[in-house]
Amino acid sequence: MELFLQLTLTGLTNGAILALAALGFVLIYKASDVINFAQGEFLLIGAYLIYAMVVQFGLHWTLGMVITLLIAVLLGVLIERLILRPMIGEPLISVIMVTIGLSSLLRAVVSTIWGNLPQAFPSFIPTQAVQILGAKVGADRLWAIGIAMLMLLVFNLFFSKSKEGIAMRAVADDQTAALSMGISVSHIFAWAWALAAVSAAIAGALVANIVGVGPELSNFGLRVFPVVILGGLDSIPGAIIGGIIIGLLEAYTGGYIGQGLNQVLPFIILILILMIRPYGLFGKEIIERV
Amino acid sequence: MISGIYYTSYEQDMALRKTPAQRIRLAILILLLLSFPFFASRYYLTLANQVGIAVIGAIGLNILVGYTGQISLGQGAFMAVGAYTAGILTAHYGVPWWASIPVAALFTALVGTFFGLPSLRLKGLYLAIATLAAQVIILWIVTHWKAVTGGVEALVVPTPKLFGVKMNTDFNFYWVIWGIAVLITIITVNLFRTHYGRAFVAIRDQDIAASVMGIDLFRYKLLAFAISSFVVGLAGALLAHYRTIVNWERFTMDVSVTYLAMIIIGGLGSVTGSYLGAAFMTLLPALITNLGRAMKASFPAIEGLIPFIQLAIFGLVIIIFLIFEPEGLNKIWKDIKDYFRLWPFSY
Repeated sequence: MELFLQLTLTGLTNGAILALAALGFVLIYKASDVINFAQGEFLLIGAYLIYAMVVQFGLHWTLGMVITLLIAVLLGVLIERLILRPMIGEPLISVIMVTIGLSSLLRAVVSTIWGNLPQAFPSFIPTQAVQILGAKVGADRLWAIGIAMLMLLVFNLFFSKSKEGIAMRAVADDQTAALSMGISVSHIFAWAWALAAVSAAIAGALVANIVGVGPELSNFGLRVFPVVILGGLDSIPGAIIGGIIIGLLEAYTGGYIGQGLNQVLPFIILILILMIRPYGLFGKEIIERV
Repeated sequence: MISGIYYTSYEQDMALRKTPAQRIRLAILILLLLSFPFFASRYYLTLANQVGIAVIGAIGLNILVGYTGQISLGQGAFMAVGAYTAGILTAHYGVPWWASIPVAALFTALVGTFFGLPSLRLKGLYLAIATLAAQVIILWIVTHWKAVTGGVEALVVPTPKLFGVKMNTDFNFYWVIWGIAVLITIITVNLFRTHYGRAFVAIRDQDIAASVMGIDLFRYKLLAFAISSFVVGLAGALLAHYRTIVNWERFTMDVSVTYLAMIIIGGLGSVTGSYLGAAFMTLLPALITNLGRAMKASFPAIEGLIPFIQLAIFGLVIIIFLIFEPEGLNKIWKDIKDYFRLWPFSY
């Protein structure tokens, strides 16, 4: 029972972080039909930026977080403008490859600035163990779950209440109709990339606080694929629920079965979902079928 | 003064080499390939062998991605299947190295066809993600099935010998690699003159139209996966016997991405493009390393940065090509030829 609780909480933490990373991925896909293979690198950059702000410049973590998020917004907008805009109307493989190229470039930049070795991260969130129902859990993990949930709530509010959020949904739904209603589609694409960078940067900061920073954080870029396929590529609630399901499954298989099965199980699920229900749990049922 | 290439007979139109210039270029290329090992140093021979293996792998991937339009992110894993099959057959079962290569390629074709099955239901993006999953799953099996593959430790393959001569020297294996590369080139160029090849291209251009015209999508897509994986498996098997060591780290996702970059930078759906891309992507990191070493005297810090510079330039080259020349090196090569053929009236 204690192990179960422990695994559940670990799974929820990882799931919440995965959900945040997947959220950005879904945003970009929803708005512009682009699959972003550089999402893991966005997370990596977020983690290293907060590391630089807190450890190298000695700022308070709230101020550091604000600056990190501002840089993330700038980065997202720049990437959309310089790299993705020329790719509009190009075949799918070109769009996939350009984000793959981008991921190599970003990883190289991060490694050049901060080196290739994992660095410890002095936690800015309390880490002492907390007893919950008999299981011992680091408080930072609880904080991570809380912050991730809060962020997901904020994003949800953004999409249902704010003008920009509603405009983004309109563009995702029908670009031509949105354009004729006076919405600037290119503006919305920039928003999507900026928000994706922000949600990934927050996920990166949370991961950095728990396990430290290192180049292997970019692995999250691959780990979001099972999440978004399970939840549905164009569904924001899907990204959240998919993230939590995959996070829990990884934790349970890692804890009870082991053998590294937790690394491969999400991808087996991915293949199964693609064969049975390619639009995932919550995605729209319009799908390219052969 | 010629203003273009015109044909007066059907045979001319069907010929693989249509102009005297093409025939002369081919003759020069063959001469270069045949004489290269006799004057090149060991370093350049090693590079030539790496390019040769990359050419075979790139042609294999281009058959699937460039000609048939099925995006695959699983190239690295399929090469791993070829390399490990060849390595295990020779190391554990005593199969001669030359026999293990075709067997490994056939087995890779089988595995490739299996992972091609989702293509019957999915296309485009979803197929790309399915092959990504195939890459992760196959590599996981390779690193966790210790009894057969040796897990994360490298699999050591016995030195290949032919009539008592050690074959895995750069000079001797050059002939093996480039012999197979030339053979694959001839087969591929001709494949796309048969109705199989034409069917692949039709599926790429418009699958519904292809199906209406009587092309069995099920059969031809699987066939494309099989042929492509066969060639890719060949490249993997050659790599195993050339290096005499098989290590899972040589077949990661990065390898899949590198091969995709080769065919995109070279030119999708073109054998010449596969050659140009494979050479470019293999020689570029070597060039950067050499430049970095040369600059070490003035910038001592540069040596540690070389891997990062390679990675950054790799990413930059992909982005720049896709934005400015999406049809790749093959298009640039064509433009150069056209310029000189039509000079001075190039418009």
